[in-house]
Amino acid sequence: MNTPATPAIGTRKIHPADTTFRLSLHAAGAVVVIVLLSILAIMFMGGKLAFDTFGLGFIWGTEWNPVTQIYGALPAITGTLVTAILALCIAWPIGFGIAFFLTETCPEKLRTPLGVAIELLAAVPSIVYGMWGFFVLAPFMSEYVQPWLTSTFIWIPPIGDSFFWFTAPPIGVGMLTAALILAVMILPFIAATTRDVLLSTPQLLKDGAYAMGATRWEALTGVVIPAVRGSLFGAVFLGLGRALGETMAVVFVIGNAIRMPDSLMAPSATIASVVANNFPEAEPGTLDLAVLLALGFILFVVSFGVLAVARFLLRQERMS
Amino acid sequence: MLIQLARSLVTALAATVLVIAPALAQDITGAGATFPAPIYSSWGEDYAKAGGSRLNYQALGSGAGVTQIINRTVDFGASDSPVAPERLEKEQLLQFPAVIGAVVVIVNVPGVDGTKIKLTGDVLGEIYVGRIRLWDDPKITALNPALKLPKIPISPAYRADSSGTTSIFTKYLSSVSPLFKERTGAGNSVAWRTGLGAPGNAGVAAAVKNIKGGIGYVEFAYAAENGMQALQLANGSGKFVTPTVPGFLQAAEQADWDNAKNMAATMLNMPGDNSWPIVSATYILVPRNPKDPARTQSVLKYVDWSFRNGAATADRLHYIMLPAAVQDRVRAQWATLAPAGKPLWPAN
Repeated sequence: MNTPATPAIGTRKIHPADTTFRLSLHAAGAVVVIVLLSILAIMFMGGKLAFDTFGLGFIWGTEWNPVTQIYGALPAITGTLVTAILALCIAWPIGFGIAFFLTETCPEKLRTPLGVAIELLAAVPSIVYGMWGFFVLAPFMSEYVQPWLTSTFIWIPPIGDSFFWFTAPPIGVGMLTAALILAVMILPFIAATTRDVLLSTPQLLKDGAYAMGATRWEALTGVVIPAVRGSLFGAVFLGLGRALGETMAVVFVIGNAIRMPDSLMAPSATIASVVANNFPEAEPGTLDLAVLLALGFILFVVSFGVLAVARFLLRQERMS
Repeated sequence: MLIQLARSLVTALAATVLVIAPALAQDITGAGATFPAPIYSSWGEDYAKAGGSRLNYQALGSGAGVTQIINRTVDFGASDSPVAPERLEKEQLLQFPAVIGAVVVIVNVPGVDGTKIKLTGDVLGEIYVGRIRLWDDPKITALNPALKLPKIPISPAYRADSSGTTSIFTKYLSSVSPLFKERTGAGNSVAWRTGLGAPGNAGVAAAVKNIKGGIGYVEFAYAAENGMQALQLANGSGKFVTPTVPGFLQAAEQADWDNAKNMAATMLNMPGDNSWPIVSATYILVPRNPKDPARTQSVLKYVDWSFRNGAATADRLHYIMLPAAVQDRVRAQWATLAPAGKPLWPAN
């Protein structure tokens, strides 16, 4: 964008205001990048003491002991990934069902109220989800769901002698309960994004499929999904990104145990919950604070990776 | 993630602004432990009504309280655990106890009256490291021959957040259970080997209430406010005691104040007929070299007024006053504060 204009319209002068406007737009764009990079840099520098002390072993260390000052992030990383992925497994089919219902089979009258209801679900503050999860869902899980899961799936062989899938004391809180809460929280994101993606399927393609005598199921699996596959994955990854970083709701229902879980229902911890629980008492300059910032850095990198994949998939779709 | 970070930044900023903004000329500012916050604030209101300075206390957590007084951004800091002597020395701080609190153990055993259950510190330690896993474990039934304890798993609950209550509880368990000391140790947050964490006293109480076979520790003030039943523990004389205010006082009176460095006397596992074994003081920190000695003096005046007039409030809020003899020791410590050669206490 150099100033020398083409001679054909050489009479036009670049007004100083144009330059100012252009530069200020650049500055506005730069602010985002600068803020992002500074946060990343500050998290890394703050957490450097942790990486210096434990090396890369910080990432796969399984012991988290504030008393002996030995910190390994693997329990928190495991808890984060397991709850987020479980939540996705629960929320994705439902979100997809909602989206398809809204775009294809829903009566016109219901479409708006249902759409608003889903958006309202997204507007509920996370602390409300947390308290509901802790006071309503957790007792329900411990009374009915967990005993049933344990007795139904007792036949699944354990992984080694340390991971028993669904065999655990029914305490109500744990990774499964957290995943359920997270699923409800990311459901509106997945449903709304998927609905938009489905709406973007060219009507011509769908009409063609129906003209060929395809059923709704055949049109969905044979035409709509192949047409927008990448974008559908993008929608899912956006949900995953949200599930990874959710804090307040998780603190209430995950059971806050920073150790390797021995079942899907065991209490665990996520990176965000560990940071939230320990940040207020971590004093500046200590290893305690450094490990929390290092954890934040890891979560940042993981979330960034997830978003990057989502972007990539969404863009691929648009280009094809 | 960004939102989370932004949120925490906003919280941090808000906290800073809150601490700094109301620092008007005559207001006393304090920051720190959440445990004594209700009583400090109530005392502050009463003191202001009686014509004293107004108090602005921010319950940011003990760690934050220590940091803020080291940075001299407040007139006093408050911490549930005593600060290490070297640190007090280095940062030129005077530490003294202000009020006493106790930690009690609550249970949910179906069909059994929780107040009848008796445990020793040793057994409690084994429960909290996961060595004893069932309520009908022989070690528990041996202590409770009269009770019919069910064969259900024990689910220990602990504080998920870093907390002074956890510090007191784990210090107690470490002092009475070698196994607990070796496997877990003491601190504001520790590596629990079993059980689940819940946020705050309310979270632990709700977890115990929700989970059959649950056991948890909460501040006495919280248990009393909510009418929760606490079990009996063996004290330093091996007697099983129910937590009561006279029991807390008896423990406090026996603490070895003579040899306590920086007034950090331990009150854990004291002997006696009624002494409750998990009792601890919470501390106030003031600078030895204040920028404005008058402000430090007003902190001392506030605490002195509260010592003399605050017993009814303490009783109402379920805190325990320092024994009178200990209050006098605290005042004697104040007399050693003499910035620029001018003693701050007694204040005229």
